[in-house]
Amino acid sequence: MAELTVYGIVLGSIIALGAIGLTLVYGILRFANFAHGDLMTVGAYIALFLVTGLFPWLGIPDTTFGSLSFGWRMALAFPIAMACVAITSILLDRILYRPLRLKRSGSVIMAMSALGASFIIRMIVLILWGADSLFYRPGVLRPAILLPLEIKIRPDQILILSTVLTLVVLLYLFLQRTKMGKAMRATADNMELARVSGIDTERVIVWTWGIGGALVAAGGILYGIDVQLHPYMGWNFLLPLFAATILGGIGNMYGALIGGLVMGVAQQVSTAYLLPTYKPAVAFMVMILILLVKPQGIFGGRRA
Amino acid sequence: MRILEVKNLTSGYGETDILHDISINLDEKEVVSIIGPNGAGKSTLLKTIFGILTPRQGVVQLQNEEITGSSPDKIVRKGMSYVPQVDNVFPSLTIQENLEMGAFVRTDDYRDRLQEMFDLFPLLKDRKNQRVGSLSGGQRQMVAMGRALMLDPKVLLLDEPSASLAPLLVEMIFEKIVDINKTGVAIVVVEQNARETLKISDRGYVLATGRKVFEDTGKAILENEEVGKLYLGG
Repeated sequence: MAELTVYGIVLGSIIALGAIGLTLVYGILRFANFAHGDLMTVGAYIALFLVTGLFPWLGIPDTTFGSLSFGWRMALAFPIAMACVAITSILLDRILYRPLRLKRSGSVIMAMSALGASFIIRMIVLILWGADSLFYRPGVLRPAILLPLEIKIRPDQILILSTVLTLVVLLYLFLQRTKMGKAMRATADNMELARVSGIDTERVIVWTWGIGGALVAAGGILYGIDVQLHPYMGWNFLLPLFAATILGGIGNMYGALIGGLVMGVAQQVSTAYLLPTYKPAVAFMVMILILLVKPQGIFGGRRA
Repeated sequence: MRILEVKNLTSGYGETDILHDISINLDEKEVVSIIGPNGAGKSTLLKTIFGILTPRQGVVQLQNEEITGSSPDKIVRKGMSYVPQVDNVFPSLTIQENLEMGAFVRTDDYRDRLQEMFDLFPLLKDRKNQRVGSLSGGQRQMVAMGRALMLDPKVLLLDEPSASLAPLLVEMIFEKIVDINKTGVAIVVVEQNARETLKISDRGYVLATGRKVFEDTGKAILENEEVGKLYLGG
């Protein structure tokens, strides 16, 4: 049980990275981006292309760091893939969502267009890489480290947790200390007043999409390192992402972080009693429960 | 010297006109009040002057430059700031962060200005790291005015600053308006609280159903029995 909880925290930290982006975008644009999960897939596959395609061709050595399952190739691919998905995310907004927003389209039209975008992204991944599960580094699983309470944890998983922690701390510092970070929070609070104060809200929106995209890409790559890559991985994450977002209170970044961890642990611990195939059902159950009992989320969110 | 000139403004929401052919003006260092019953179009007038609404007809000039139809973020850079009646603070940000957001377009060092705001509203200084959402209505109003003043504007537009405040706080807010005015800021204030507002105003305009029905000095309007009876509730 203790071990499942630890695995749940690893999974939950990955969910949290996605949920934070979802909640940031919702906080500012009041828009639920159903394509957010598939951006996760894009991040994972761009890293795959770099690690197994471009970098070997460039002659970057295939060494691994200590007992980790990857090395320099992944260390380089990680930030590059994050940047690529950040740009993809911004372009998605500029090309698709923004024109709809300017036309004052209803929320159903916005949701349908996001759903459409998610299909297109997934199909492109399927065309380029096929429907099979893939790995960054096929072969043996690295030996696990034994912690107290008979918890077995792989070095990769420790690195995943520390990466998420670093990203969250960086995001926190960005939001609390920088001018753009503060403007993002201000815009999420009250976009009209932000404009009246002279804040360039269009630039704030671009930053929000960029950061959301970069974080969800990081989540996708980390999941790929921990488990495997699959064209439907991000789509399958969409439900837990939304559940985590709602749990933490929509628009509340710190709530999304906790919500992600709760969802991860709930899903993993459930496998002690249920078949793992029921994991999405567990996410759905948690989401329904919150919506029935405390729809504003545990930590309170914004008015919709 | 004339600092704000509004000529023959007609404006409204969508297809419906709310303001009809309104002309007002503001001189440097003046306090001018716009009063009148509910639904007279007072707030609509401020929103149109500040570019939140686009006028159907008419001209708005700030320091002899036409700004009709400019967007609020451009107007704020030209030296005019606006405090909305409701939702005029960022509740999840701290007091200091709210003031910093008021200075967003400044690229120079604005720490002196921040200090001036804390001197003007000493109550805010002790709580500068407190979230604004946890403040009382009067304190929020001070944060809202402080935010609008961070760019050192020539003109300040205030939309019902005393709305839904306790009587004691109303008095304090009016004192603050006088203090702000003394620092050289010309002020247009829209108010329901007509008598209190006229007392601190150099001049006043009375609006009713979207038209300007009367204008005079603050004192003269207060002493005019007919205007008092018709528009200021006896």
